[in-house]
Amino acid sequence: MHLPEPCGPVSARVVEILSAQRAPTSADVLAGGSVLTDRDAQLALWTAYEMAYRGFDDVDPCLEWDADLIGLRRLIEDRFECELRAVTADRVAEALARGGEVGDLVLGLVADDEGPHLSSYLRRDATTDQMCDYLRERSVQQLKESDPQAFLLPRLQGRAKVALAELQYDEFGAGDPSRLHQDLYARTLRAAGLDPAYGAYISEVSALSLASANVMSLFGLNRRLVAAGAGHFAAFEASSSVPSRRVAAGLARLGLAPAADYFEEHVEADAVHEQIAARDICGSLVRDDPSLLGEVVFGVACALHLDALASAELLSRWERIDARAARSEAS
Amino acid sequence: MSRTVQVQPCPRGPVLVRGAEVVVDEDGAQHPVTRPVVALCVCRRSSRKPWCDGTHKAIRDDLR
Repeated sequence: MHLPEPCGPVSARVVEILSAQRAPTSADVLAGGSVLTDRDAQLALWTAYEMAYRGFDDVDPCLEWDADLIGLRRLIEDRFECELRAVTADRVAEALARGGEVGDLVLGLVADDEGPHLSSYLRRDATTDQMCDYLRERSVQQLKESDPQAFLLPRLQGRAKVALAELQYDEFGAGDPSRLHQDLYARTLRAAGLDPAYGAYISEVSALSLASANVMSLFGLNRRLVAAGAGHFAAFEASSSVPSRRVAAGLARLGLAPAADYFEEHVEADAVHEQIAARDICGSLVRDDPSLLGEVVFGVACALHLDALASAELLSRWERIDARAARSEAS
Repeated sequence: MSRTVQVQPCPRGPVLVRGAEVVVDEDGAQHPVTRPVVALCVCRRSSRKPWCDGTHKAIRDDLR
């Protein structure tokens, strides 16, 4: 993988740092406003984070801990986190007021979530182009599925650590390289006629797809956010089993059944994982340190918020495309 | 050789089973266990019986 093409001043600055073409000024390139929906800021963050994962063919790996890179990363991260805390504050407060057993609370928050019904649309109505659009957008996070959460492991102890390791063993193929989930997703892309290469669609995907992947790295690479990472992981797993069944049915409807293997696997896998993540990881974490409950719920709320935004964006993008197609047919 | 099978019921959800090799359902059909932990359907509405497929979430209120 090579460095992505920048799409604004922030991603240009990260690319500059990583290509050792230092700009003489350290002026703040990050403008005001939302970073959550800012493609430039999210691409910059993704590129900076990628140094902790697979890096880039054309970048010196020693730059992973470059002070300028980490400085700019922290600047974007701080804004990203503040924004996430602000938009989830009400949901977190309501959940904490509701109380109850941690596992039930986490699973209940996901079950009660009234997000846009993207998976129902994919099952019944999506065209092949729209399904491929969905697979492309999700590729940013699914091709490194569970990698960000692996950073949580040394930051957990006792039962929570055992539970995360048990869950990740399954994510990473349960001893069988052909069942590695991130590779199953690559096979799905290939079967749908898309490019399975890691990072292939970075220049095309939306700010929200990048943000959905970046939030996992934010929680995984900052130890102080480990409980938010656990909550996010639990919500992510708990919003996967039923939607995966719908996406698999949608792929079969479109004659893309060979691409459905990844989603078929996640129907049963995530029915297990959601219980382990909510009850054994989050539950044990809060039992050991009750002050972490708010952070666990914050992580859950982030997952639900970003999923709702990303789903709504895709649905509205396609509605516009559908409307345009209908108009051109009518004319 | 003795083998420990661990069973963990989840409130309003499936039963997690660790250490089993085969699950035999009520009709005597054998279902090999292919993952480290499996979730057995309890609500009886799963499309993947004996495995849980998350359907219990749609019928939560019926069960309460």
